[in-house]
Amino acid sequence: MKTDQLIDMLSTNVEPVPPGGLRKTLLGALVAGGVAAFCLMLATVGLRTGVTDGFLPGYLTVKLLFTLSLIGVGAALLERLMRPGQDGRKLFAFVFLPFLIVVCAGVASLVFGQPMAWGRMMFGMQWATCLLCIPLFAVVPFAALIWALRKGAPTNLRRAGAIAGFVAGALGATAYAFHCPDDSVPFIAIWYGTLVALCGAIGAMLGPRLLRW
Amino acid sequence: MDVRSSEPDLRALMISGLDGDAAAHRALLERLSGQLRAYFKGQLNRIGRGPVEAEDLVQEALIAIHTRRHTYDRSQLFTPWAYGIARYKFLDYLRRTKVSAADVPIDEAQELTVRDDSAHVDSSLDLKRLLAELSPRARQAIQYVKLDGLSVSEAAARSGMSESAVKVSVHRGLKALARLIGEEKP
Repeated sequence: MKTDQLIDMLSTNVEPVPPGGLRKTLLGALVAGGVAAFCLMLATVGLRTGVTDGFLPGYLTVKLLFTLSLIGVGAALLERLMRPGQDGRKLFAFVFLPFLIVVCAGVASLVFGQPMAWGRMMFGMQWATCLLCIPLFAVVPFAALIWALRKGAPTNLRRAGAIAGFVAGALGATAYAFHCPDDSVPFIAIWYGTLVALCGAIGAMLGPRLLRW
Repeated sequence: MDVRSSEPDLRALMISGLDGDAAAHRALLERLSGQLRAYFKGQLNRIGRGPVEAEDLVQEALIAIHTRRHTYDRSQLFTPWAYGIARYKFLDYLRRTKVSAADVPIDEAQELTVRDDSAHVDSSLDLKRLLAELSPRARQAIQYVKLDGLSVSEAAARSGMSESAVKVSVHRGLKALARLIGEEKP
């Protein structure tokens, strides 16, 4: 085939492309994934019973600050990673910032807390449920984000897969936060932090296979 | 060709093309094909492959640039975007053909636009044979809209599909073509 022939074909009946479409696709995947994770939480473990103080119960605030900041940075990165020529190198460092803050806060609260209480602070009441639920709730968000990335043109597949897994993990953790009865910062740092990072690692492994175009 | 002089032109052509200007889109693809050819020839030369493989890659990259043009952010530079696609297609080619990426010298975005090469050869691809592998709907839509030059509404009337189905079929068909081109090569 001659390249001129191909160019003729490609430039016949050129459709206009409205700007902003790709951003909407990503946003749609985030919302759909988040809603799915939340519904799965309601259907399986259910909302936390007992304490409620006001519109946003205190016990939720720290967890949501952590998970939503991860989602925010991750989504901004995905928006760049799905476009060729933008690797989001500057933003990448900010992914680690929420982890660093929560780990420092966790260590501080252990240091200033009672050594007797360390076991309870780190393992809480339901570490095993947390271990199961966050990755489970992350599955649908991960599929939605991979679908969105495939609509784009990611060129660094491993990194795009990692950030998709990471954001999916953070969405799963957000949904789980509405159930989670454990409120200590060390618990959040250990379980939420590790599981979100694990989802990122799985995403990095799957990225090159799922995102090729 | 110099990067600083080509970037504003290419970007203006790209944006007009995105707004539906077919002449601008054609001019863009024509200019890019020369630059892509020089880029791929240079890269392939270093690993001992010839101009036919380069032409395959030029065509694959042009289809990718066309079908993925919605991923270009109008507020950004154009050259890094096009280079990102060219480099991705080149690395994908290496992966497919099992050449170690470690053997490939490091290059930069401006390598795409510093040289131009219009010495065409035919690629190893046969459009008719590739089209035959598409689904009947996609093949028909591409035949009417892209090869015969019918408008979308004419193609819709002739094929009995809705206009949006024709548009979707063309888009999917082109993406499938790009995928087929990737698989054709050893």
